[in-house]
Amino acid sequence: MKKRVIWAFAAVAAFTVSVFAAQELSAPLRDKWTAQEVATLASMRLKVAGVRPADFSNAYEQKPEAATLGRALFNDTRLSKNGQVSCASCHSAAGQFEDGRQFGQGVGTGKRRTMPVMGAAHSPFLFWDGRKDSAWSQALGPLEDPAEHGGNRVAFVKLVLSHYKSQYQAAFGPVPAIGQLPENASPNGSDAERAAWAALSATTRDGVNRVFANMGKAIAAYERNIVYGESRFDEYADATVRGDARGQESLTLQEVRGLRTFLNKGQCVTCHNGPLLTDHAFHNTGVPPVDPKNPDRGRIDGLKQLLKDEFNCLGPYSDAKPEQCGELQFLNTNDAGLLGAFRTPSLRNVAARAPYMHAGQFASLDQVLQHYAASPKAAIGHSELARPGEKHAERQTIRLSAADIQDLAAFLHAVTGPVVQPK
Amino acid sequence: MLKRMTISLALVTATVVTAGCMATPKNLDLSLAKKSAGGVYYVELLPPAQTPAINQMHSWTVKLATAEGAPVRGAKFLVDGGMPQHGHGLPTQPRVTREIEAGSYALDGMKFSMTGWWEMKLSIDGPQGADIVTFNTVVNNPSGR
Repeated sequence: MKKRVIWAFAAVAAFTVSVFAAQELSAPLRDKWTAQEVATLASMRLKVAGVRPADFSNAYEQKPEAATLGRALFNDTRLSKNGQVSCASCHSAAGQFEDGRQFGQGVGTGKRRTMPVMGAAHSPFLFWDGRKDSAWSQALGPLEDPAEHGGNRVAFVKLVLSHYKSQYQAAFGPVPAIGQLPENASPNGSDAERAAWAALSATTRDGVNRVFANMGKAIAAYERNIVYGESRFDEYADATVRGDARGQESLTLQEVRGLRTFLNKGQCVTCHNGPLLTDHAFHNTGVPPVDPKNPDRGRIDGLKQLLKDEFNCLGPYSDAKPEQCGELQFLNTNDAGLLGAFRTPSLRNVAARAPYMHAGQFASLDQVLQHYAASPKAAIGHSELARPGEKHAERQTIRLSAADIQDLAAFLHAVTGPVVQPK
Repeated sequence: MLKRMTISLALVTATVVTAGCMATPKNLDLSLAKKSAGGVYYVELLPPAQTPAINQMHSWTVKLATAEGAPVRGAKFLVDGGMPQHGHGLPTQPRVTREIEAGSYALDGMKFSMTGWWEMKLSIDGPQGADIVTFNTVVNNPSGR
């Protein structure tokens, strides 16, 4: 009889060892996780992101001279229609390299929430709708956007060649033969600017585009060094993987409850996965449009812009070989789910950058979490979230209590770390 | 004629394990070699030798044979798929880019953006006719450390 009890105990102990295999039993951990959860926590540590992947379309991204020029351009308000807007106007180095506003405020008011610079080098697509496929190409968009810098490429190129010529040459070599340029011209500008652009020779247009593209490549070289630093969550995850009981004290018990909800019933980790807490993909989660009569179509329109963009990976100003442009070569253009879909944002430092969603629809994390708890029907396209009460073969409804929401919000504050940037 | 399958057409009868919110369905057929739905072909999917990281683009190999096992040359494929538990498709549009050798084809541009159950569907158009086949694969995180 006694023997039986011992055997049963041994069996339970063996089971426990197998479940918590990744954790050392010698120092009992405050918080127990299954082996699968430990693997997930391990995959979410910032250090797993490793070295930023090389952008083959930008041969200058690791050149210090390019980064130096890029930093100057990033902060130069002369690169705007009214002389008052620089990249830094909306991407403030004093904070999270964003502006804290619902809509970006440049020469005019934009239609979407400004995204932070950190993490950009890891993402295959930029902007909420992924209409750009590199950091350098992304940087060019706002310069000619009438609501942002409101300028035109010929004016920008003239400014760079008169104020930054030596820095430009140090980074990119000789300036292409451009010849005489009008004051303003661009294929994207006003009628007059477009007419002036059409009047230029093909060689001049190409030279202007080359210098303009290099402005983006310089800015991307600077931005590449602006990254997220480790948060308390990273200390916790690393400690849990190591089996370090004291290290688990990096998170409070409430934050740990929030983390459990994040991984399990909240289903947050489904899309907010990996070291940057994003899958870098596009999803429709039924976030209410700002203007229900004219809802933002998101990725479906971003795709069209990406494909016709002369500054994409396959374009003439890219330094990549065609086979290095895998994201464009295998671009998903046929998924009906891309209507009303937006890029999953990183959750790193998320508590420090309200408001949330692609048009700053939600003022607080609490409102964001309430949205997922409610999982409303999408106003455009179809939400991927199973609706409450919906009978669906595979998908499960997100069910969050008021306490779950508080715990999740607490956890989300623990993924905040420093912004690491060049001195 | 090849017809693109939509996610909604996929018939999934496996039951979902309720413990853990996005657990993989219990009776999921994870076989990577099977007859196509209409029995026209025998199709085998060979994953890359080294397990790709999440979001890393990679290639598979498709081996296409007749129901009797003879390699099928010159077939055309359309690739589709996604995550039935999350209601979204593949993050990329993979393609069969070339026939490596008789009946053996390179499936390029594969990418999984998250862990979990993914469907991979091939619409096949070959000399024996058109047919479709659906495979399931489960992507896991590498174990901790």
